Amino acid sequence: MDAAILQTYMTKELGPLPFCPGCGHERLLRELDTALVKLQLDPRETVIVTDIGCIGLSDPYFVTNGFHGLHGRSLTYATGLKLARPELTVIVLMGDGGCGIGGAHLLNAARRNLDLTLIIANNFNYGMTGGQHSVTTPLGGRTATTPGGNLEGPLDICATVIAAGAGRVYRGMTHDADLADRIVDGVRYPGFALLDVWELCTAYYTPQNAMNKRELAALANLTGMRTGLLVEKARAEFGAAYRAASKAAKARPRLVIEKAFESALDRQVGIVIAGSAGQKVRSTATLLARAGMLCGLDAVQKDDYPITVMTGHSVSELSLSPGRIEYTAIDKPDYFAVLSEDGLKKTRKSIGRLPESCTLYVDESIELPDTKARVKRIALSQATKALGKLTASVVAVAAIVADAKLIPAEALEEAIRRYQPPAIAETSLKALHKGLQLAA
Amino acid sequence: MRGSLWIDDHYTDGWQPILRGAMEGLVGLEFIEGNEAIARAAVKAGCRFFAGYPITPASTILSHMLELLPSEGGVALQAEDEIASIGFCIGAAMAGAKAMTATSGPGISLYSENIGLAIMGETPLVIVDVQRQGPATGSATKGADGDIQFARWCTSGGLPIIALCPATVAEAYELTYRAFNLAETYRTPVFVLSNKEVSMTCEAVDLEAIELPPLAWRKRPLEGAPYLPHQFERADEVPALADFGAGAPTRYTTSTHNKAGRLTADPEIIQEMIEHYAAKIEAAADDIALYRYDPEEGAETLMVSYGITSRAARVAVREARLKGRKVSSLVLQTLYPVPERALRRALAGVRRAVVPEMNLGQYRREVERLAPAGVRVSGVNRMDTTLISPSEIMVRGEL
Repeated sequence: MDAAILQTYMTKELGPLPFCPGCGHERLLRELDTALVKLQLDPRETVIVTDIGCIGLSDPYFVTNGFHGLHGRSLTYATGLKLARPELTVIVLMGDGGCGIGGAHLLNAARRNLDLTLIIANNFNYGMTGGQHSVTTPLGGRTATTPGGNLEGPLDICATVIAAGAGRVYRGMTHDADLADRIVDGVRYPGFALLDVWELCTAYYTPQNAMNKRELAALANLTGMRTGLLVEKARAEFGAAYRAASKAAKARPRLVIEKAFESALDRQVGIVIAGSAGQKVRSTATLLARAGMLCGLDAVQKDDYPITVMTGHSVSELSLSPGRIEYTAIDKPDYFAVLSEDGLKKTRKSIGRLPESCTLYVDESIELPDTKARVKRIALSQATKALGKLTASVVAVAAIVADAKLIPAEALEEAIRRYQPPAIAETSLKALHKGLQLAA
Repeated sequence: MRGSLWIDDHYTDGWQPILRGAMEGLVGLEFIEGNEAIARAAVKAGCRFFAGYPITPASTILSHMLELLPSEGGVALQAEDEIASIGFCIGAAMAGAKAMTATSGPGISLYSENIGLAIMGETPLVIVDVQRQGPATGSATKGADGDIQFARWCTSGGLPIIALCPATVAEAYELTYRAFNLAETYRTPVFVLSNKEVSMTCEAVDLEAIELPPLAWRKRPLEGAPYLPHQFERADEVPALADFGAGAPTRYTTSTHNKAGRLTADPEIIQEMIEHYAAKIEAAADDIALYRYDPEEGAETLMVSYGITSRAARVAVREARLKGRKVSSLVLQTLYPVPERALRRALAGVRRAVVPEMNLGQYRREVERLAPAGVRVSGVNRMDTTLISPSEIMVRGEL
């Protein structure tokens, strides 16, 4: 910026401020201007973000950047601006209304501790829409929507954000002599700083409730809400912490699959594996897909499991084809494996509809419903008794591969070696050989 | 488009049920889900800011972005709710970052007001809607295309947006990349209307083999000239955009404003701005239109499809042709602005159009309004979480 010292950050271009006579907003903005002059921030790197309400008219009166967004969401835009461009100084002006509708953002800004300054122009009601009650309207306060006096207790904004972990919290009144200095402190604080500034709304709340400066100060005592600097503590600033943590971040390497085998498969086939959570159904289906790709086949996989992922069924559908796969559902499976009672329960309806062309592989212990499919019993539970429950899917898939000759068994073996961690691969290879034996 | 699932001459030269060796020459094949393709396309397109809130089937976009962005110097984070997610993105986009958010139908409901803000502020932004069966919570882990009209009309004021709809993992990649280009070029929110069936399905795909257009960036103001955030001469002109913090102080507002971004109540200026927001999208409709038209000489029937259902529709068209039926196919990747020129051309001369959709007939409305008198438009509709099969399209579409 120019070396010249700025005497004011307000512009006269738009004429006088638009607020009602005696409104606290005017005084608050003058104090903010004084604070900005003391801080001598570069206007190009300073953003005043305003919420909805009369206070939302403020930003164009400053020579800084101005961002006027939706009601209650000003903290979210401020967060995006600051994270994308950390050199910005971001000051948010919000009314007490915004604290209600945007309560979640208020709590989370306090918790997150990104370097923002939030100044709340708190005049205990919605001045822009006709003087309705807000979350800070005192008990008994008369507003357009509480004609008999407010029955809801007021929110102590400062206590609330302190409980949420806010690092710097101040409460004062617009006519406090040191308000500009406290704003300076808030902006300088390297984290989320909140100033709850109490004001008169001369159009609505003040006349309705015979409020004046003295009453305003008394209200603090009456409600037991303390004033002054309530908290100041050191906390890790979110943006800096994020950038520091990012230095160590690394994306996984890509897993590229190059053709290494030939497959005799001459048509698109659909394979369904129906088992239980914990039987490695999904990862084994992926293994078979990759083995197919090692043979130059196209592959598509879809999984179905309950939202409580560690219980109940796990069903994977896998299509393999020497050409491109278009339609991705398997309406008529060619191979169907039932590994458990959970898998049976989930697919009972489908099993009843299987075509004669389908081969159904099923553990010896499982009782099947009527089906037209060709049933092949395999000694699955016996095999997994020795090798462990986790191997059920690999045993079954190996049996299918050997029986149906979809791809060479070597391709499946290679996929296990390449794509599984060594410790798991060792067991999988045993399961593979067991499955090949079962099919023989 | 090498590397994508669609080879355009699939069935104009006579479809071969087996395209042996279709994967030949693709040396970067991976087995990934649509959501990973979306995340990687975003990074490729220059996205450096992502915020989202967990919701199946969009959650894995959040997790992929959390993995991919930090090492690129970007920021990815989980916000406290959907409203914050899109709010963060709007702030970041105006500070110069290419930004993306992702959710599903319930989240789009919560994005609604901020989408209006992004239109009003002319904010480049990519919004992924991984559609799931609704309404409300619906079937959380099942697919549908139930948000097709919702995307277009989701915000008050009814101003146009851009929406692209992928059918495959490869298209999820290509269209997400293109969505960023469109967002930057037209200073507007752009939807990627995915579906659980694309986003959470793994396919063999070679992302590197997909041909992409050059990266687009927002037009910058001329240096030294006074900057107005919404400057245009012609209504359909896209204003240059100066980022917050990059130069002279700038303004952004949700309220009706003039070209300088200052509040106005002047009806003439308000009308001029409203017409501008619409005109810059509508005038570019032909440039934004992405579709695959596969005409059949003397066709009596036109199949109009999009998204996951287009894959079954193309199989149905192929089967119908083998039976001797005269059928043309128009598969749309751009849903909004409606590719009207392409639709009118394809509708000219046919007796009827069939529109299969995983909803109760949302896009059929667009086809109906463009169809010449006498052209019967019918739907094949299903919203029970399962895919519409080629045989169902043939039977119910009378092919």
